[in-house]
Amino acid sequence: MDFLRPASWEEALAAKAEHPTAVPIAGGTDVMVEINFDHRRPEYLLDLNRVGDLYEWEVGEDTVRLGASVPYTRIMENLRAELPGLALASHTVASPQIRNRGGVGGNLGTASPAGDAHPALLAAGADVEVESAARGTRLVPIDAFYTGVKRNALEPDELIRAVHIKKADGPQQYSKVGTRNAMVIAVCAFGLALHPATRTVRTGIGSAAPTPVRAKAAEEFLNAALEEGGFWDNGKIVTPSVAKRFAELCSGACNPIDDVRGTASYRRHAVGVMARRTLTWTWESYRGTRRATEGAA
Amino acid sequence: MPTNGAPTKITQGSQTRGGVGESTLRPDGTLKVTGEFAYSSDMWHEDMLWGQILRSTVAHAEIVSIDTSEALALPGVYAVMTYDDLPTEVRNYGLEIQDTPVLAHGRVRHHGEPVAIVAADHPETARRAAAKIKVDYRELPVVTDEASATAADAILLHDNRDDHHAGHVPHPNVVHRQPIVRGDAAAASRRADVVVKGEYTFGMQDQAFLGPESGLAVPEEDGGVHLYIATQWLHSDLRQMAPVLGLPEDKVRMTLAGVGGAFGGREDLSMQIHACLLALRTGKPVKIVYNRFESFFGHVHRHPAKLYYEHGATRDGKLTHMKCRIVLDGGAYASASPAVVGNAASLSVGPYVVEDVDIEAIALYTNNPPCGAMRGFGAVQACFAYEAQMDKVAEELGMDPVEFRRLNAMEQGTLLPTGQRVDSPAPVAELLRRVKAMPLPPERQWESSEGADVRQLPGGLSNTTHGEGVVRGIGYAVGIKNVGFSEGFDDYSTARVRMEVIGGEPVATVHTAMAEVGQGGVTVHAQIARTELGVSQVTIHPADTQVGSAGSTSASRQTYVTGGAVKNACELVREKVLEVGRRKFGSYHPAWATAELLLEGGKVVTDAGEVLGDLVDVLEGEAVEIEAEWRHRPTEPFDLRTGQGNGHVQYSFAAHRAVVEVDTELGLVKVVELACAQDVGKALNPLSVVGQIQGGTTQGLGVAVMEEIVVDPKTAKVRNPSFTDYLIPTILDTPTIPVDVLELADDHAPYGLRGIGEAPTLSSTPAVLAAIRSATGLELNRTPVRPEHLTGSA
Amino acid sequence: MRVNFTVNGRPQEADDVWEGESLLYVLRERLGLPGSKNACEQGECGSCTVRLDGVPVCSCLVAAGQAEGREVVTVEGLADYAKQRSCGDSGSCGTTPDEAGSRQAEGTDSQTGEGGELSPVQQAFIDAGAVQCGFCTPGLLVAADEMLERNPSPSDADIREALSGNLCRCTGYEKIMDAVRLAAARQSEGV
Repeated sequence: MDFLRPASWEEALAAKAEHPTAVPIAGGTDVMVEINFDHRRPEYLLDLNRVGDLYEWEVGEDTVRLGASVPYTRIMENLRAELPGLALASHTVASPQIRNRGGVGGNLGTASPAGDAHPALLAAGADVEVESAARGTRLVPIDAFYTGVKRNALEPDELIRAVHIKKADGPQQYSKVGTRNAMVIAVCAFGLALHPATRTVRTGIGSAAPTPVRAKAAEEFLNAALEEGGFWDNGKIVTPSVAKRFAELCSGACNPIDDVRGTASYRRHAVGVMARRTLTWTWESYRGTRRATEGAA
Repeated sequence: MPTNGAPTKITQGSQTRGGVGESTLRPDGTLKVTGEFAYSSDMWHEDMLWGQILRSTVAHAEIVSIDTSEALALPGVYAVMTYDDLPTEVRNYGLEIQDTPVLAHGRVRHHGEPVAIVAADHPETARRAAAKIKVDYRELPVVTDEASATAADAILLHDNRDDHHAGHVPHPNVVHRQPIVRGDAAAASRRADVVVKGEYTFGMQDQAFLGPESGLAVPEEDGGVHLYIATQWLHSDLRQMAPVLGLPEDKVRMTLAGVGGAFGGREDLSMQIHACLLALRTGKPVKIVYNRFESFFGHVHRHPAKLYYEHGATRDGKLTHMKCRIVLDGGAYASASPAVVGNAASLSVGPYVVEDVDIEAIALYTNNPPCGAMRGFGAVQACFAYEAQMDKVAEELGMDPVEFRRLNAMEQGTLLPTGQRVDSPAPVAELLRRVKAMPLPPERQWESSEGADVRQLPGGLSNTTHGEGVVRGIGYAVGIKNVGFSEGFDDYSTARVRMEVIGGEPVATVHTAMAEVGQGGVTVHAQIARTELGVSQVTIHPADTQVGSAGSTSASRQTYVTGGAVKNACELVREKVLEVGRRKFGSYHPAWATAELLLEGGKVVTDAGEVLGDLVDVLEGEAVEIEAEWRHRPTEPFDLRTGQGNGHVQYSFAAHRAVVEVDTELGLVKVVELACAQDVGKALNPLSVVGQIQGGTTQGLGVAVMEEIVVDPKTAKVRNPSFTDYLIPTILDTPTIPVDVLELADDHAPYGLRGIGEAPTLSSTPAVLAAIRSATGLELNRTPVRPEHLTGSA
Repeated sequence: MRVNFTVNGRPQEADDVWEGESLLYVLRERLGLPGSKNACEQGECGSCTVRLDGVPVCSCLVAAGQAEGREVVTVEGLADYAKQRSCGDSGSCGTTPDEAGSRQAEGTDSQTGEGGELSPVQQAFIDAGAVQCGFCTPGLLVAADEMLERNPSPSDADIREALSGNLCRCTGYEKIMDAVRLAAARQSEGV
């Protein structure tokens, strides 16, 4: 095994180009477990800890450009307003120690359906900035990023540099079921974002299909129902039947398996419950904001 | 000696007090908070090698061939050993039945069984070498439950059994069977106004001690070996190891290294023999440290069980009879299964008066992971079932479940199903009264001015509810656990106590082979020595095999038995010291001859308080040392047909009240409070007593809502051997645990004490289950409860 | 490969490090600092918690090479770390790395919970009975000390959240809660 220590992003890309089998390591959450338990013996470890700009973020007009290695702790502390869904998701990641080191780049690189960040990214809307020495930068829409169980759209010579995440234009929520009250891998997870600017709703489901997925039929149903009922304008409570149908469609978007962490049937059920609850929470919050705005006006 | 990590001599501080009954602090506390305490995995030696075990990847197979040539050819590899390399004809070991191969011989019987061992200069080299060993398996069908194990044509786990249980079991795949019959349950059932039946399942729990199995074996010049090891019982290890190594016991020296928890999981051997074999083969020190994955295969677990119960009661709430059948899965090797069967059977009725019983407990041989000792030892599984039954009967009768229990509670003088009379306090009703009387935690504690605090809700940090679907439930349970080794086992301990003057002060040194696994035995030994010998300075000698056996740190027995041995040795030393005093100074004061003399505050005093002299003067130039064995009252085996016999020496009782909040839609549970009342006889160290109760309670909580080793029934392979998927409670899963300690002395025991470590693990689980049932209205006949069981989406 | 980094204020060099070794392994097996514990090696127990450039991390998940040039504080250095912090920048009671090292080499005496050079949180763990087998203790101490540094008067829920990455199998956490509350109270009283 060789340990590659690029001092800059350019060096990292060059190293990855030269050794496409090199395994990038940043927070170590996934890679070190595989090494410690003898599940993996990569030829090269590519340490990204020295690449400083991976730890930086920029808040732009419409998006946040989040460096791949920005620790979850930083996201929770600093980006709660801009990325509320991802901040909530970050808070559910493993333990404080892991959150201090792990970042979204690791979740995306591993592309496990159980990665905590995925549903929040799907719901918010994001592009993954990947780069290779040979072909430069490309932006992969998050919807096209996950290509299979623990597979993603990265080419062997590419590295994940950042994620461009849409800044929240409305309330977002994130919920995750685990069989322990902390430090637990998702049995399933759900992210929901209201986008009042476009009058749309986006979702993300974790650990209930071979890849993280959006519940598109549920989104379309809800978009239509909210539009039809004039909910965005009148700020009424979402009718229980709409919430129920939305939840059912979210369950329907799952394609889960039975495994040691939970049954397929439970996952479908729980995603439905989380969908209904997160819809209630976000919508209540939206109504609250609307009222506050109107009150001020 | 290892240059790093030699066990540290513990010297008790110069407090003038610090005797029995005080919450003195741990003598190893400072070392443990500074990182200097040397655990078995911290051992290090110049030039040491690393050992690695190759384990079976299948549960049941014939080994067609093993090829070690590539492994041996790897640079850095010093030895590769298989069954064929074992030095003597003794190639099996076992606590009671020697059925466990040191290395697999022609056949593997469970997933993760040791097949070969490697020593190399770096752990990675050893791992690579192990991976290069080629094992050709021919897979065999697996037996995984009672039906498959006891079928007429079932493949036998062990051919030609000749152990002492072989003669009385109904099938060779039954390790041991213990019936208990008393009265006439069938006739009594006709008096019952209500009869309640239930079938219960208890999942496989892991001890999950944090310090992995590990140790360092150092070859000695005389051809022997010195093992620094984390274990629960040095002499039991020694007895099993020496014959396999082909060494007399005095050439296998054992020193207890720091033990990172045990809970029963270190009662059996793990890497002890393997490390010694490799050290003797290579002539170099060999260290073996399991990682967490391997640890799940490296020790026995708590027996999973199926329990079939029938209780009857009269309309006025008196139990008429109890019938039960308890089927414990012992896995591939016997380990402690026979004793677990005896406990499960003899304690299956719980702390209740039931005169007519028909009981049967068995343990199976299967291809599942071997099971053996874990905190609570057979009584845990039974308590889960009988307490569920008690709630059901109470409900059937329309009675309050606590009142119903109190109405049937045993007390001092009650006759157990084994015909043994309980001859010390059994305050079962009082414990229930106390635990019920504790104030309840306020409702909706998770509500705050800033909204719901998810940390206090089911789901915790995962943000699954802000109060939606959350229902509170309350449940009660009480249990009975035997203390000490039962069924006629010669349960003794040995202590060597020395008194001498060091640096102008009288100092007592206590030397036992007791395994300090975290329970605080070392604290208590020093307290006993202070109380008995009137000194402030007590040195606790490292535990090793240079002194007689202390027995196991298990069965809630060490404070009783080794504590008793220390007390006994101190008393003998005191007599001897007084003799020396009389010889030296008797002529100066008549009281030396006439008065009752005590040792207090470093002086010899009369019972009237008159000081006769300083211990320093008495002991000047004259150390006193005594090593003596000490036994509790003998017990008897249970009759193999009727189960009658005075099998136990003491009992321990605890009661719990659980308050839970259940997210009934998602099936997630938050235990809000888990209150415990326990009788401890006499709290030698109140702080440690409460710590034991809270720790045991939490292990019971774990198996109520999350802990289970999941074994695939088709392949008998373990599906979750890691801390990612075998979950134990975090601090956010653990509630406040108020403890009410009752001290009713047992006059037969030293200081009136009662063994305490296990009882809280019993009643905690059924109390949590009862609370979840009360919140959800579900029957829940299985533990642990998983979310899908609460949402109907299993 | 060779790795150079600072541990508890002293420069350290480890040679012949296999590239797959963790920081935890290097601390324990190469630098003679076994205080950080090896309970799970998968980031699920927190017993290997150290501070890496001030931040609590699981040292089992840090590749040794990633520690190059960085500062590590382990439980062995916790007392000095806390002492320097409590002395602030005044330097009035500063400890040089050499002094820190020599004090560690001597070891604290084995007096029962008294005297010695312990940090408030270490002392509180002893006093409150938060130590049983002690295997989780080093990681908990590093995590608890860091929490008290950030949040000197934590609520119970804050304590539980901050320590939710540290498993303990012996105590049921109640005495650990007591210890952290005690350390916080003593700190606020300036004891």
